Amino acid sequence: MATYTEDDLAKDLEGKEYEFGFTTDIESDKAPKGLNEDIIRFISAKKEEPEWMLEFRLDAYRTWLEMTEPEWAHVRYDKPDFQDITYYAAPKQSKKYESWDDVDPEMKETMSKLGISMEEQKRLTGVAVDFVMDSVSVATSFKAKLKELGIIFCSFSEAVQEYPELVQKYMGTVVPKQDNFYAALNSAVFTDGSFCYIPKGVRCPMELSTYFRINESGTGQFERTLVVADKGSYVSYLEGCTAPQRDENQLHAAVVELIALDDAEIKYSTVQNWFPGDKEGKGGVFNFVTKRGMCHTNSKISWTQVETGSAVTWKYPSCVLKGDNSIGEFYSVAVTNNFQQADTGTKMIHIGKNTKSTIISKGISAGQSQNSYRGLVQIHKNAENARNFSQCDSLLMTDRCGAHTFPYIECKNSTAKIEHEATTSKIGEDQIFYCLQRGIDEEKAISLIVNGYAKEVLNQLPMEFAVEAQKLLTISLEGSVG
Amino acid sequence: MITIKNLHANIEDKAILKGLNLEVKAGEVHAIMGPNGAGKSTLASILAGKEDYEITEGSVSFDGEDLLEMETEDRAREGLFLAFQYPVEIPGVSNINFLRTAINEKREHLGEDPISAKDFMALVREKSKLVELDAKLASRSVNEGFSGGEKKRNEIFQMAMLEPKLAILDETDSGLDIDALRIVANGVNTLKSDNNATIVITHYQRLLDYIVPDFVHVLYDGRIVKSGPKELALELEEKGYDWIKEELVEA
Ligand SMILES: Nc1ncnc2c1ncn2[C@@H]1O[C@H](COP(=O)(O)OP(=O)(O)O)[C@@H](O)[C@H]1O
Ligand SMILES: [Mg+2]
Repeated sequence: MATYTEDDLAKDLEGKEYEFGFTTDIESDKAPKGLNEDIIRFISAKKEEPEWMLEFRLDAYRTWLEMTEPEWAHVRYDKPDFQDITYYAAPKQSKKYESWDDVDPEMKETMSKLGISMEEQKRLTGVAVDFVMDSVSVATSFKAKLKELGIIFCSFSEAVQEYPELVQKYMGTVVPKQDNFYAALNSAVFTDGSFCYIPKGVRCPMELSTYFRINESGTGQFERTLVVADKGSYVSYLEGCTAPQRDENQLHAAVVELIALDDAEIKYSTVQNWFPGDKEGKGGVFNFVTKRGMCHTNSKISWTQVETGSAVTWKYPSCVLKGDNSIGEFYSVAVTNNFQQADTGTKMIHIGKNTKSTIISKGISAGQSQNSYRGLVQIHKNAENARNFSQCDSLLMTDRCGAHTFPYIECKNSTAKIEHEATTSKIGEDQIFYCLQRGIDEEKAISLIVNGYAKEVLNQLPMEFAVEAQKLLTISLEGSVG
Repeated sequence: MITIKNLHANIEDKAILKGLNLEVKAGEVHAIMGPNGAGKSTLASILAGKEDYEITEGSVSFDGEDLLEMETEDRAREGLFLAFQYPVEIPGVSNINFLRTAINEKREHLGEDPISAKDFMALVREKSKLVELDAKLASRSVNEGFSGGEKKRNEIFQMAMLEPKLAILDETDSGLDIDALRIVANGVNTLKSDNNATIVITHYQRLLDYIVPDFVHVLYDGRIVKSGPKELALELEEKGYDWIKEELVEA
């Protein structure tokens, strides 16, 4: 296959009118549809990547070709046509932004439509934001301040250029490129993402935040996040996702790798609000994500997620508790409405001694949606005194939705203590009536009840995120009782 | 305050209320007594606006307005309060947050500003004292893990916070020991004024020793079949409801 010239690209750049949502009119620098080795070389060349990066991609691609799509999840969907996806779409902007003020006003407009007021966020919370649009990082703020502390927080591409030794050392060590179908795909075609490194003993003074957004029609989003917390350091990382409405299904296959070295702590919070499809179940994002953290001695990784979006979600943020005394936590609220399907949960792999894990999962199903918790607690032979506590609750808003729980336990050490609790309840007409009788209207009543139900998880989120998450829960469940 | 005329109501095609009449004026306390299954809770639910019932005939006017046309939440905001026979639990929602939301919804409805945090907390302190509700209960989740007696006291606490025009107490006495009964009654009596009214539903005379009614009504088979002064309660206690039944048959 011939390489694509700028002229060929130009043909693909014709602006389109969109029926739904809103799209930012920044000319896209877009690859032709389809996937093959040339496309991968194109992506790598576009990004001026070193040879080792291209090799990593090609190797992943060749592995991926041998793999088949997983089918064990409790979800049903038309499989994406991988030759009908555009794997590279970058906003056509050659210059990099030095400061927030340099960012294209139109892009800022996009962000305010997303309900993310950057100005506000910066002012009120001092959040440093790395904003990824169609997989290319466009703005990183607060860099200077972080730099003083030796903290690296930048786009993945920049990290590949500027900190190749760190990237090479850690990339693919937690989620190997052959890990699973979507992780392999991501490893082959990822276009950007975020990189974060906290040096030894440093406590990151602010929440680090990335917003992802799918903008271009027909594009897949394949971003990669790599967070390395060196010995004794601490970081809290926030990830928010959103996508405009489209009547086609868009694919999002991300990889997130966390590495907590000895005595380090990483707190990773996600609010995921990709377009869920319309009321009839048309469109929406396929969210197939691999997230995993590696815990070294005395370290801790805590995942908190509020999942309200996407047509199909397939996601299991996990912890490998390799070091002795390490701790893994997973707090999740997953809301599904209309025809959404979610199969989400976690894996806690206990390898070291005295390792502890906690799993709190709250599913909320409405409409005709399907919501599954799938979790694995694995205790290895040498994991003396491992502890796990799991609690999986399901709340049903209607009689037509489904909630399922698939807990797997594999225990090879008799000193382990594993506790599992599960409940299923239906939102009570009597609870709503009770609220109405006190003068609280139905919408507020549902919001109160649902947020009360999810409180243990919401309490784990940083303040400013918690407020946003509460609103999201309410919005996603509007008019959903029946 | 409230005038109920010839009220007929069905649930699943079964007639429960069969021509009920009742008038309650401001400043009055009315007791409604009657055997199990007579329709007492049904009446309370219909007045509060529960949707499961079909009203086939009759009218209810509340403060001059057509109550049956009002939304459930608006009835509450206009000052109708129901102390539930079986208060529900709302896990994860603190009593405080719940009540603050309720008060502010009411204030918004009445065109008032939201209550300040300071005023609200002062109100909580004052009213929780009234029903001797442990401050800890006020900040716990709504009714979650409360004992039966605590739930009932919490209902009266909410009533005190919301200061309704018309309060309907549905068997608030059941499951209460004598101390709790006294506390609940004291709460109700303290809140009593010339501008509000109370309907006390019970099937024991006992509560009426503490909350002295101006009128006692007997609800039987979907109708008020007998009304009288407070002494009627004693008579019922003595003779039981069979006496009423016999009277009805004779009539
Ligand atoms: N949801 C319902 N479905 C069918 N019948 C009901 C329902 N609720 C109440 N009833 C019936 O209505 C009648 C009155 O009940 P209720 O008002 O609870 O009586 P009380 O409070 O006086 O004991 C009873 O015969 C009861 O079985
Ligand atoms: Mg009753």
